[in-house]
Amino acid sequence: MQPLERYASLVDDFDAFRAACERPLPSVVRVNTLKASIERAREALNAEGVAYEATDWHPGVLRLDERGPGTSWPYFHGWLHGQEEVSALPALALDPQPGEVVWDAAAAPGSKTTQLADLMDDEGVLVGNDNNLGRLSALRHNAERLGITNLVVTNQDARNFSFKPFGDRTDDAKRIEAFDKALVDAPCSCEGTIRKNPDALDRWSMTHVESVAGIQKGILRRAIQATKPGGTVVYSTCTFAPEENEAVLDHVLDEGDCEMREWDAPDGFETDPGVTEWDGETYDPSVELAHRVYPHRNDTGGFFCAKLEVTA
Amino acid sequence: MTDADSNADPPENDGQQFDRLPATADERVVPGRPTREEVVQWWDQRFGVPPETWDGHTFWEKGNGKIWAFAADVVSPIAVEGLGLRILRARQEHWKPSTNAVQRFCRDATENVVVLDGDEAACFARGDDQELPRWDGDWGYVVAAHEIAGDVEPIGVGLYLHGELRSTVPKGRREDLE
Ligand SMILES: C[S@@+](CC[C@H](N)C(=O)[O-])C[C@H]1O[C@@H](n2cnc3c(N)ncnc32)[C@H](O)[C@@H]1O
Repeated sequence: MQPLERYASLVDDFDAFRAACERPLPSVVRVNTLKASIERAREALNAEGVAYEATDWHPGVLRLDERGPGTSWPYFHGWLHGQEEVSALPALALDPQPGEVVWDAAAAPGSKTTQLADLMDDEGVLVGNDNNLGRLSALRHNAERLGITNLVVTNQDARNFSFKPFGDRTDDAKRIEAFDKALVDAPCSCEGTIRKNPDALDRWSMTHVESVAGIQKGILRRAIQATKPGGTVVYSTCTFAPEENEAVLDHVLDEGDCEMREWDAPDGFETDPGVTEWDGETYDPSVELAHRVYPHRNDTGGFFCAKLEVTA
Repeated sequence: MTDADSNADPPENDGQQFDRLPATADERVVPGRPTREEVVQWWDQRFGVPPETWDGHTFWEKGNGKIWAFAADVVSPIAVEGLGLRILRARQEHWKPSTNAVQRFCRDATENVVVLDGDEAACFARGDDQELPRWDGDWGYVVAAHEIAGDVEPIGVGLYLHGELRSTVPKGRREDLE
């Protein structure tokens, strides 16, 4: 808990924040509508006597009464995927459409990738990338279980992602040289996962926050370059540190090829605005349009999510 | 005559990249590579999967005989880690469908579908083999299915031989659902 004390000045009702961080997180599943309708998946859960409650803000995101979604027929059929409730936000913010070419820059193990595929109705090209080969095999396993067929899996450092395998700078009509949309669900210090992993903060250090912020800037910068003008880039983390959130946005805004865009969180989901001043630094005022998710507001994990539009 | 290619060995399947399947045998360059037409026909003949099921998908080979279905089209060859869903193991006498392909594409299958009752389905999902003398259809790979939430749903791939239904559910997908 210690590192979280540094956010006391940012959070209203810090006692409620602290108390929420100490409670375990409910198990949540998302219905994979590529394989079953929300009604059918819920009917199958009812028939097996698995108790759940739909979240206030999404009929296909279900909180289970007991832990672990692993052992039920609807799970076996790939109708459900275990995914933390807050983690459903970035794909909704990106709002990918069937037929688009979409990049998930740091994709493994694929909770958000598989949700993007669902929103695309499994049409178009979804590129799921991660630099960690072991985690990529989990991504592939999840995507196959859910019956996804529009996913291309790549193993590159997202900071220098190359379109070479996709035939860039050739005259092949099927080449891909840019994305319509990109999601950067960045590696981070994971402060917001404390409810799921009580030891998440054991190895927290300011040095780690600073080094991971460097990687985040590199990945987000590449995502902005690799996305067509007019396209959307969503940046998300599961951490509270402004160094890894607003400061990273401020860095890319300063380079001038993108702008912050307003995005409304779903009705019934309460968020706080991005912060514009922290630890003696001031950030671009538009970072206020980002969403901070504190655990006590909606009884979820902690999260950060921002929507950008590429302008050049 | 300096046509080097005519003396070279025929091209081989390269396990590091995905190659688009030729549409028909006339377009085949790599020996032994199945064609799109053969793959579509195989699903139709074996399971009654209508050929138009695949209209939106391209087919690819990576690794020896591993066939993948992808929902769009990209350059060929392409050196990536995954491209769509692995649907089939070809280049062997009896082609073998994958569990994930059967779950996704055999909902409307009409041939070689074995509908299991509750206990049989649970046994199958655990990865266990079972005696199933009542099946009087073909031997070989079958779709194991059961009824759930008002409809018949494929569970996975069975191998039916000598009165026994063997489960081929891969280790990482097995589940105790009793
Ligand atoms: C927060 S996790 C992603 C979670 C995933 N989006 C999901 O929803 O399941 C961050 C990921 O970034 C990957 N990563 C770290 N550095 C990277 C880099 N330079 N390029 C690509 N991926 C990277 C890590 O391996 C990790 O899988």
